Amino acid sequence: MSTLLNSAPKSALAGLAVTTLFFGMAVFAQVIAPYGMSDVVGSVWEPASSAHWLGTDNIGRDLFTRMLYGGRTTIFVATAATVLSFVAGSVLGFAAAVAGGWLDQLLSRSVDLVMSVPGLIFALVVLSVLPPSLPVLILVMAFLDSTRVYRLCRSVAGDIVVMDYIEVARLRSEGLGWTIFHEILPNAMSPLVAEFGMRFIFMVLYLSTLSFLGLGIQPPSTDWGAIVKENSDGLVYGIPAALAPAIAIAILAIAINLVADWVLSRTTSLKGGRA
Amino acid sequence: MHPVLKLLMQRMALGILLLIASSILIFCGTLVLPGDVAQAVLGQSATPEALANLRHDLGLDQSAVQRYFHWVNGILHGDFGKALSNGADISHSISLRLGNTLFLASWAAAISIPLAITLGILSVRFRNRWPDRVISIFALATTSVPEFILAYLVMFVVAVKWRWLPPVSLINDTMSVGEKLQATALPVLVLVLVVLAHMMRMTRAAILNVMESAYIETAVLKGLTGFQVILSHALPNVIAPIANVVILNLAYLVVGVVAVEVVFVYPGMGQYLVDHVSKRDVPVVQATGLIFSSVYILLNTMADLIGIISNPRLRNPK
Amino acid sequence: MNAHLLEARGLRIGATLQRPGEKPRTFEIVHGVDFTLEKGKVLGLIGESGAGKSTIGLASLNYGRGPVEITGGEMKVNGKNVRDLSPRALRELRGRVVTYVSQSAAASFNPSLRLMQQVTEACVRHDVCSRAEAQERALDLFARLKLPLSIGDRYPHQVSGGQLQRVMTAMALCPRPDLVVFDEPTTALDVTTQIDVLAAIKQTIAHMGVGALYITHDLAVVAQMADHIMVLRDGQMVETGPTEQILNAPRERYTRALISERHPLAMEKSATGLTPLLSLRDVSATYPGIRFDILKKVSLDVLPGQTLAIVGESGSGKSTTARAITGLMPPRAGEIFFEGERLPDRIADRSRDQLRKLQLVHQMADVAMNPRHTVAKLIGRPLEYFFGLKGREKHERVLELLHDVELGEEFLHRYPAELSGGQKQRVCIARCLAAKPKLIICDEVTSALDPLVANGILKLLLNLQAREGVSYLFITHDLAVVKAMADSIAVMLRGEVVRYGQKSRVLSAPFDPYTELLLNSVPETRPGWLEETLNNRRLETADQC
Repeated sequence: MSTLLNSAPKSALAGLAVTTLFFGMAVFAQVIAPYGMSDVVGSVWEPASSAHWLGTDNIGRDLFTRMLYGGRTTIFVATAATVLSFVAGSVLGFAAAVAGGWLDQLLSRSVDLVMSVPGLIFALVVLSVLPPSLPVLILVMAFLDSTRVYRLCRSVAGDIVVMDYIEVARLRSEGLGWTIFHEILPNAMSPLVAEFGMRFIFMVLYLSTLSFLGLGIQPPSTDWGAIVKENSDGLVYGIPAALAPAIAIAILAIAINLVADWVLSRTTSLKGGRA
Repeated sequence: MHPVLKLLMQRMALGILLLIASSILIFCGTLVLPGDVAQAVLGQSATPEALANLRHDLGLDQSAVQRYFHWVNGILHGDFGKALSNGADISHSISLRLGNTLFLASWAAAISIPLAITLGILSVRFRNRWPDRVISIFALATTSVPEFILAYLVMFVVAVKWRWLPPVSLINDTMSVGEKLQATALPVLVLVLVVLAHMMRMTRAAILNVMESAYIETAVLKGLTGFQVILSHALPNVIAPIANVVILNLAYLVVGVVAVEVVFVYPGMGQYLVDHVSKRDVPVVQATGLIFSSVYILLNTMADLIGIISNPRLRNPK
Repeated sequence: MNAHLLEARGLRIGATLQRPGEKPRTFEIVHGVDFTLEKGKVLGLIGESGAGKSTIGLASLNYGRGPVEITGGEMKVNGKNVRDLSPRALRELRGRVVTYVSQSAAASFNPSLRLMQQVTEACVRHDVCSRAEAQERALDLFARLKLPLSIGDRYPHQVSGGQLQRVMTAMALCPRPDLVVFDEPTTALDVTTQIDVLAAIKQTIAHMGVGALYITHDLAVVAQMADHIMVLRDGQMVETGPTEQILNAPRERYTRALISERHPLAMEKSATGLTPLLSLRDVSATYPGIRFDILKKVSLDVLPGQTLAIVGESGSGKSTTARAITGLMPPRAGEIFFEGERLPDRIADRSRDQLRKLQLVHQMADVAMNPRHTVAKLIGRPLEYFFGLKGREKHERVLELLHDVELGEEFLHRYPAELSGGQKQRVCIARCLAAKPKLIICDEVTSALDPLVANGILKLLLNLQAREGVSYLFITHDLAVVKAMADSIAVMLRGEVVRYGQKSRVLSAPFDPYTELLLNSVPETRPGWLEETLNNRRLETADQC
């Protein structure tokens, strides 16, 4: 592990550090936060000061505190949805590639169908009748996203399944488990890890958009998208409070992008040698 | 029949099939609610009469299959039904807003597509040199923020700090095209930024992918210049992937407008959809959802058709 | 003007690689090579893979693949060092002075453009002549290269491999260059196609008086084409001289090894009184979606402890036969018997013991091994799977098997990427042996290897047969391998067995027409063989008329 980190370029290390910092702040939000999440501690849209590092929000709550709690929700929901979507998408994708035949056809055509409706629109249709509670949000986001993960895993595994070494395993009549976990997975790891990062960013953007449209996280909870929504009116008067979550999202996204780029570049440079 | 023609017909038939399937999916999407739509719409305190009336209006006394065919039959006759919230005719409301949304999306497309392809080619020609680096940093930055945030950033800088343009985009039918363009400059700019980076990156990736081929080496060894190699040897082979990327982004534009319209208070389809999702106005949501999906499917089908036509192996069989 | 057409002085070529976060490292590929080539002459560059042949060839156009570039010395074309040329002058050089013909014409033509446009492009772009005149030239070249004149209207995928290789030659000759670099132009072709392409190239360049650098690993081919030969090894020149002298009186040991490189010769074993280990009876097979049979009623026997070689060109159905036997492509009709029992068609229906006793060695060893598995895991898995071996027992057996294929303990923890081509194939063979098979199907196991390495593999296989009594089904296009390894031979053409029997009988007259064509298309290491063979054929056709 330490040699792995030593060989990483500086940009990837910086990305890794920032990502860790954000997750740390999400986990310890309650400990770090200087005020209560919903406490009104000042007047409306105070500028940044030593008491309020990022100023106050549209009804006088501490913006830094709101950002910590909002970040906790955003990161928690995005992580949960990504993990769910990955487990479902990758297991089904690999199984379809290895098994082929009707299972592959059934799964692939169903995924084509779900993907023929734009994700945001599908989510809006479902959210027009379902209450936007946390489990519903996570499930809807995970379901829609798992179609993308399925496609990736199906195609990555599809490229591997035609290799001669898979034929060698087939000639021994190896089981599905060995084939997936010993023959395919070790060769598919890098693109999958990189894709995990990309999907996570996508989930963050997706949840923020839903919340911004008023269809995601509901008060009194908050997330970064909702903070933008609450403070957007201030922008017209030149008050940049709404840009704080924007900057947070951008920094997190860029950090994860840098790590993902590095993981992906290792796929091409590493041809099995571990020198 | 020519094999290409056959493939094209097959692909078009698939498009129609997807359209039908997506209408079922959108229809079923509103059935997932455990319990009763009417109850959910009106809330726990609704009177039994109000519930019964709404059930009748929604046709909930009929089976789901009957309602589906009723709904589709209406759409085929240009009738999307009436909105629950205010009883307005949905077809009429949509006809006003669809034009506005398409206006926005087409301007964004007209600017971003040629720009993206040109920049993509430039970044291949000068790959790993400064033009390529600048372009890829810009791409990373714009794909890392959701479009609504990009919209606020642009609004904050251009409209509030510099005061060049109004922060909201109110338009009406009495405005000339020029006036409309000025009023929508900000949302168009945001949409261009949203799709430009992705299109450019994918164009670059598609060309670079082909640049590894042996026939590119052949072209270089014929003593062609860098641009000659890209334009006459790489480009003809990446028409399909580039068309795919362009159209995928057009489709993305159509969806991306939702958030941007809300930010700039622009009277388009996206704004209309979002308003009615929060009002739980199921018929409106279904109608707009179906229209968005149709455009999306239409565009994706077109991408595949272009892919088939541009493939020399398919056009000229052995 | 006394300048040589091509002159290399202390030519050094290297590649600079930089991984992110590391210092750039330079690897030298060619370590100071000297040679000259005069106008209108052909210089043959010969050597094994990695000798730097192609790298030197491309350096005459001042081109390197990826990070490869000339790092020292001089490469002069008509007296001018290619490294000193301006970008514009370099493009002129590539377009009209030095041109290139690659090994894989199929990949080297742009799939989206018609052949005529590609053939005339260099002329038109560099103002060598008008488009109309360039097309005239192209048609003239098509005629000389015995191509249909309408071929220019077609797209690359509509043309066969042998024709495409000749179109590529036409493309190189169209601007009337001073020098053409031929980089293994016939290596990817079947022998019966190769002979025509060689003849076409030779006659046309002689007619036009252009000089050529002819790169190949095949001594017999270079003997037909070159006036001078330069032998290369690991980026260094071994020796150089006129073709006759190199072939008849080589000075260096390495050259002698290349020339006298002889395949081991297996004594033909007697077939009498043996019951076949494997029998195919009227086996037909096809791919899903194809209406006709790829394999038509094939019947063959493999005897215990003996080798049957199936020989044929691409598309003859020899690999399909292997796939039918292994169950990868269940036959459409016919029966296969193994050890006297009917072998189920599908892998899923075969017993574990049947799977164990019938093993396959793939052509491309590097894709037949999971790149993420160590040698120990690769060889250990069949031991675990078939015999339930674990821990110490397994470890010792793996070492034994490595020893059997002449590899040491140090290979245990290597990954495939850390092995050479020959070592990879040895590991694959050890993996087969781990199953203690009765029959090993060898599908072109040596065709991706250099001759000296391939020889080592063949010797190993013969030793193993003598010791373990294992049978081989040898699938190959290479008649020399067949002669070396087989006890009996089956010649296949378009899915059918056209000649089958004991080696001594199959290889002696009277021949059927195809076997005869196949046998006398294999080049011999003797200048003049090409003209002789073609003359004989012409006479024969004349006789028949």
